[in-house]
Amino acid sequence: MLEKKDIERIADLASIKLSDSEAEKFAGQLDGILQYVDKIKEVDTEDLKPTLYPVSLENIFREDEVRPSLDREKVLTNAPEEKDGQFRVPRIMGE
Amino acid sequence: MSRKYETIIGLEVHVQLATESKIFCNCSTDFGAEPNKHTCPVCLGLPGTLPVLNKKVVDYAIMAGLALNCNINSYSKFDRKNYFYPDLPKAYQISQSDYPICENGYIEIDTEEGTKKIGITRIHMEEDAGKLVHEGSIDQATASLVDYNRTGIPLIEIVSAPDIRTPSEARAYLTQLKQILQYIGVSDCNMEEGSLRCDANVSIRPVGQKEFGTKTELKNMNSFRAVERALEYEVERQRKILEEGGEIIQETRTWDESLNKTISMRTKEEAADYRYFPDPNLPPLNVDRDWVERIKSSLPELPREKRERFVREYALPEYDAGVLTDSRELADYFEACVKEYSDAKAVSNWIMGDFLRLLKEENLEIAEVKMTPAHLSGMLKLMDEGVISSKIAKTVFEEMFKTGKAPEQIVEEKGLKQISDAGQLEEIVLKVIEANPSVVEDIKSGKDKAIGFLVGQVMKETRGKANPGMVNQIIREKIESL
Repeated sequence: MLEKKDIERIADLASIKLSDSEAEKFAGQLDGILQYVDKIKEVDTEDLKPTLYPVSLENIFREDEVRPSLDREKVLTNAPEEKDGQFRVPRIMGE
Repeated sequence: MSRKYETIIGLEVHVQLATESKIFCNCSTDFGAEPNKHTCPVCLGLPGTLPVLNKKVVDYAIMAGLALNCNINSYSKFDRKNYFYPDLPKAYQISQSDYPICENGYIEIDTEEGTKKIGITRIHMEEDAGKLVHEGSIDQATASLVDYNRTGIPLIEIVSAPDIRTPSEARAYLTQLKQILQYIGVSDCNMEEGSLRCDANVSIRPVGQKEFGTKTELKNMNSFRAVERALEYEVERQRKILEEGGEIIQETRTWDESLNKTISMRTKEEAADYRYFPDPNLPPLNVDRDWVERIKSSLPELPREKRERFVREYALPEYDAGVLTDSRELADYFEACVKEYSDAKAVSNWIMGDFLRLLKEENLEIAEVKMTPAHLSGMLKLMDEGVISSKIAKTVFEEMFKTGKAPEQIVEEKGLKQISDAGQLEEIVLKVIEANPSVVEDIKSGKDKAIGFLVGQVMKETRGKANPGMVNQIIREKIESL
């Protein structure tokens, strides 16, 4: 069973804030998903290779060539604030 | 470090690969552009964009792996390393987690006890993050400015095994690693521009204990010397704590160059959880034998091989071979000289001495030197033929180095030709003997060394152009016949 503190940890990793009632609500919902995964785990996969990719492509490359970058004006249209050609963001302590 | 404890060091080195374009997009990797001029939807992590791997990055990673004696994995893949920080616009870094491209290599370093192998656990490819500058002073800043030019610059991370036992071994490892990477040309390894960065893990344990002690991670060391000093400081700090009965806290510490100490950056109660998972946008890699063989055959001779060959082929002392093979460019210059002048030791002496001194004084790269290898061998031949004395050769050498003129031309223009005319020399010798009667007496009474003084006087008279062998002989003859 997922507990509220598990939900709080997951929310923390995803950098989202949840109210107590939301945490409880999501605990139940996520639990349901995990039970579903447990069900899938019952299938015998002993002789199967894990599927990491939905398509069977490999070695997709491009050559080492420089092409023009995006205009800086356009780049900075997404900045919350701009200063000297840079994105200005609230300071975050640590990592 | 006292005998009671043993030091365990492991190094993580990030190296920027010398590609023209970024790892997953076509933006330029040039250093020093204006902020955010080298960015595009892919490296800015805009929704709906698709990263495509630069093939050169894989070539370079394989090349580094082979030069560092690694196995090249046929299967490898890219993963997302998730964390939130403004230098990372996607909120994840594309890296390689459980299937890196290279594993199980080693570097050989020279220690006082002889050659030692330092294991390389793995090499993986990843993208660099952006550059963050805090506004105003570091403790009062409330905002940061972000430049994403670095985002998506291709890196390899080279992780050593915990085989390093002293700070000086750590430095030797880094020096050797840098030399190899520069030889094979995968990186310029310029620490000032951030092309090579090093983090260190260090712990100590009582001698004889099997388990590792608690380690700390050191960051922010901007030179190999700083790495060595930070490690020395940290080992001593840990020893004091243990001897006072304390406990080491597992944490990241930053090296403060001005304070000469390491400072705790943060003590997180929880270990970081990066939630790695395969990046679905990047299909896995399949590196076959042909590919590996192709790269292997393109590898140049590596520094240690070259050094050994120089000792063997040119009968040079180990020391000379070490200096001459410090960089590929220097080694090539030496070999080009030796091709035209067979006394390798003589060539080595000039290169190790005046050549390197002038290079440093003029702050030049070898490629910028105007003097050609043919000029140097030409000058050595002029010495052998007695056209110039060894003293004059120094003047000729400097002139060649600075102007790129041929030695013959310099000798001609400056009138530096050695005086080997016996009659002319005799005249000057007689003058010097006359002017120094007491020295002559000394020589007569057996103080043979005093003859050097008279030779010096003749040299002075001729501004160094007199043939010293002849001068010596003439002085002896004249004094005997007095």
